[in-house]
Amino acid sequence: MATTDLARTNRTLRGAAAVVGVADDVSPTGELERTGRELEVAMVLAALDDAGLTLADVDGICHVDSSIGFAEYLGIAPTFTDSTMTGGSSFEVHLEHGAAAIAAGLCDVVVSVYAATPRSDRKRARRSGRRGLAGPNPMAEWEWPFGLRMPMGPYALAAGRHMHEFGTTPEQLAQIAVSTREWATMNERARYQTPITIDDVLSSPPQNSPLHLLDCCLVTDGAGAFVMTSAERARSLRRPPIYVLGAATCHDHLMITEMPDLTVTPGAVSGPRAFAQAGITPDDVDVLMGYDSFTITALLHLEDLGFCAKGEGGPFAADGRLGPGGSLPMNTNGGGLSYTHPGMYGMFLIVEAVRQLRGEAGARQVRDAQIAVAHGSGIVLSCTSTAVLGTEATL
Amino acid sequence: MTVSAEGAHRGEHLRLEPPVGAHSEAFWEATRRGALLVQWCTNCERAIFYPRSFCPSCAQASGLEWRTASGMGHVYAMTIEPNPAAAGSKFSQGEPYVVALVELVEGVRMMTNIVDCDPSDVAIGMEVTLRWEPLSDGRQLPLFRPVTS
Repeated sequence: MATTDLARTNRTLRGAAAVVGVADDVSPTGELERTGRELEVAMVLAALDDAGLTLADVDGICHVDSSIGFAEYLGIAPTFTDSTMTGGSSFEVHLEHGAAAIAAGLCDVVVSVYAATPRSDRKRARRSGRRGLAGPNPMAEWEWPFGLRMPMGPYALAAGRHMHEFGTTPEQLAQIAVSTREWATMNERARYQTPITIDDVLSSPPQNSPLHLLDCCLVTDGAGAFVMTSAERARSLRRPPIYVLGAATCHDHLMITEMPDLTVTPGAVSGPRAFAQAGITPDDVDVLMGYDSFTITALLHLEDLGFCAKGEGGPFAADGRLGPGGSLPMNTNGGGLSYTHPGMYGMFLIVEAVRQLRGEAGARQVRDAQIAVAHGSGIVLSCTSTAVLGTEATL
Repeated sequence: MTVSAEGAHRGEHLRLEPPVGAHSEAFWEATRRGALLVQWCTNCERAIFYPRSFCPSCAQASGLEWRTASGMGHVYAMTIEPNPAAAGSKFSQGEPYVVALVELVEGVRMMTNIVDCDPSDVAIGMEVTLRWEPLSDGRQLPLFRPVTS
């Protein structure tokens, strides 16, 4: 890569961010009393104190093991997250990514932390857990003994809670699978292309209540990739550029036990932030690619992204508006429910959004699609990331 | 599915038994004498779960203590596992079981099983009470049963 090309652009991190607090803990004995999470938290609080900030100011988190798990432990819901692990250079990469995130307005205060106690672990024959950082996995201690099926169980808990609070029905959830299948009938590469009915969904084998088999995504092979470059350079390339108009992320738990409200995902933060950045409202969205690991997943996104009010996702989906010819085309490739789902489906949200905006979607093409949203959801409704994509005309 | 003879004789094979976290030794030790402890922050007077080295509500690392919980709560969310084999679970001898998030009256939420009742009788909002299940090492796992049963 020609560094001179980069030097010519006005895209730069120069002066955009600063380190404002630091802390460390070492001892001439080579050993520390504290270890694991306790040591990590002590370092975070000390560095924040050094900066004159508090944990409440932190909206960006970097951790070489799991930024989501560490944020859950801290009890914060950051909008910038980075679990980059590049060995000893990880923290310089965190610094770089943090500066880029601050420059881009993704967050204001980023913390990166590290704690390892290999010497005293060995001496005390201490079980150091994952990479010596955090001790045993909290899920193994507080969830696995109770036999919750993964990943389905947490979504079933959320679906049941949504039904309890808002009167959402199994039929309304089933309509999401039906509408998504309608799209799949127009995609010759979809795993399932035969139309289904609400009755088909409700009579499919019962899974973790209240879910049925056809409320659940596929298990398929699948692969994808995307390439990005500057807007300037994009214009000189072969394909019509699809621009990133807005992007935002949030996570507020790792394990379902720690999810603050089972009916509200962190999409309620990432969605509005991405839309605001893009300068759009839900009405402006021509295609919604909303992660559909389960029908409840897609329903929660409809509410949290503001396509309908909290609790109204059931009736909203029930009139079929998400399918072909509807007012909100959703998961036009057939989704995780009917197209493909190799485990981490978010790649396919982006690929389909780009194809729709390029007008390459063939039989399932949404007419004059200018703005598409790719809304990913990871772990167990734990981390959402919303990308607003648009054509040249939307700039 | 059926439980193997060895598994039936040796209870330790029936459940994935929980490891002891860095800040939960007091919790698990107390289960040996049938006490359900909840970590508490005396700074902001809030219960903490799961146990930590500091309070995630007010970020204080000192002033944390253990208090004995009442063992009373209600079902916040629940699901019936109709196919224990699919979940990899042996502890129910192949019978459907309930996994729930129970909100203790102390204000924290924990995952558990609702037992001693027909799974189809369990509903969100139902009041439940603690019911211990022995683990292989003398610790006990906090399960819950309906108050009415």
